[in-house]
Amino acid sequence: MAEPGTRRAYRALLGAQARSQAAYRTSFAVDLVGNMGATVFDVMTVLVLFGVTRELGGFTLRETLVVVGLSSFAFATADLLVGNIERLPRYVRTGLFDAVLVRPLAALPQLLLMDLPLRKVSRAVFGLAVLVFALASAGIDWTPGRVALALVAPPAAVVFFAAVFVTTATVSFYWIDSGELANSVTYGGRDFTSYPVTVYGGWFRALFAYGMGFAFVSYHPALALLGRPDPLGLPAWVGWASPGVALVAAAVAALAWRVGIRHYRSTGS
Amino acid sequence: MGSVTATVAPPTDPNVTRWFRTFGAIAASGFRRHATYRQAAVAGVVTNTVFGFLRCYIFLAVAGAAGTVAGYDRAQLGTFVWAGQGLLAVIAIWGWTELADRIRTGEIAADLLRPVHPVTSYLATDLGRAGFASLARLLPPVVIGPFFFDVYLPRQWATLPLFGLSVLLAVVVCFACRYLVNATAYWLEDVRGPMILWTLGSGVLAGLYFPLGFLPGWWEAALRYATPFPSLLQVPLDVLVEREPMPTELSLVGLQAAWAVLLLALCRLVQRRAEHRLVVQGG
Repeated sequence: MAEPGTRRAYRALLGAQARSQAAYRTSFAVDLVGNMGATVFDVMTVLVLFGVTRELGGFTLRETLVVVGLSSFAFATADLLVGNIERLPRYVRTGLFDAVLVRPLAALPQLLLMDLPLRKVSRAVFGLAVLVFALASAGIDWTPGRVALALVAPPAAVVFFAAVFVTTATVSFYWIDSGELANSVTYGGRDFTSYPVTVYGGWFRALFAYGMGFAFVSYHPALALLGRPDPLGLPAWVGWASPGVALVAAAVAALAWRVGIRHYRSTGS
Repeated sequence: MGSVTATVAPPTDPNVTRWFRTFGAIAASGFRRHATYRQAAVAGVVTNTVFGFLRCYIFLAVAGAAGTVAGYDRAQLGTFVWAGQGLLAVIAIWGWTELADRIRTGEIAADLLRPVHPVTSYLATDLGRAGFASLARLLPPVVIGPFFFDVYLPRQWATLPLFGLSVLLAVVVCFACRYLVNATAYWLEDVRGPMILWTLGSGVLAGLYFPLGFLPGWWEAALRYATPFPSLLQVPLDVLVEREPMPTELSLVGLQAAWAVLLLALCRLVQRRAEHRLVVQGG
């Protein structure tokens, strides 16, 4: 990874991508706007819901916006950086993945750089704007600890979502038509983390929040930032666990990717 | 009024039975074609189920302790969400680019050679697809939902047939919208713009992200009458949960029918205009 030759190869891949995408300027502009629209609608949905209710799962609009901001910034950024991996089923099906494997570079970075969706930049920027606005308007009592958490929690959440993208994509090594299956966890996770987990109930909450760890993306960090005790009874330090959880998720993703690649059999096309 | 066909004379056969037989045969082939993607159907049901849980919990939290919001009680919200997740696949709101792809590659020329109008033949295929989807995609969430949430069962016998009709009209309206979006490929080389607008607009304006009743009252009315979007999901779902009295529901389904006729006519008009300027490159 650190060899200059390798780095140059990756840079060449990225540069080629950037140039090819910028070549069709109108399409690129349309994509920039369109991609932002998706996140705008997610945030608008929350506003509409608060138009007919004063609180959601015991949280006010301003408090919920911190959760929304963390979730949409993290998801959009992870989607920009590694979301492209959701094309893996197509690469496997068309046999393009064979070509990737025979090159003298690691497969995962190649796949990510081969088609880095620069158009999704607008989305990440909008997510960041929502996060900054939410943090500024939620009336947070800023302590050095909270400032640190506000700086660490968003990148940790990005790592977590990135790990989710990679892990779910590896399913396509075993089951080619799994695209929608991966969506249920990636996009499902995005929607799940956009609301306080007190909204959900039963085993569904247990599975998504703690089984898969989505509660540590936005809910627990938001509680720690807002200085609210967890209505579900977990101790306050849990809000600080998100970087640790993100590292565990990244390790799981790395393992799943390795096992998946070993299992890969070319479709022969 | 027929389509421009390159070699075959436009059909002038007044035999309606034969027309229906052709239509039925194309629809049946659409059904069979989609019935082969069973893995994808299972994966789709899993995704619909996850989103069913998410939306249901969120809307129930919106209803809160009061238990009602915008004229829906908790059971009605349950039915709205779970039937909606299934309906999403029946109308196939997203992801159809077949026509645009065929226009771009020039394969559309083969469609124009056929003695069936392209709008008719694509509609027939789509109805066949929707038929398979009602079995494979609508039934599972409707069966799964009640295991975990309270759902509303229609109280009037007339609701179910009316819901069936409303779903059929929703499929036609959705098909016509998708056809028009795809048909922009006749004029634009890249249909990504219209496609993105459609994907963004349809979900939120059809009532997928939240029932349109959550919006201020006049918004819902404006969307209903000025746009076809509520006819895609909101109207059939409102019919199913009996949100309005029967006469209002009948008029809403009538509105759907008007949109279906209007949009299909627009599809034919657009197709005719496009054929007069279409140049297929290469051979």
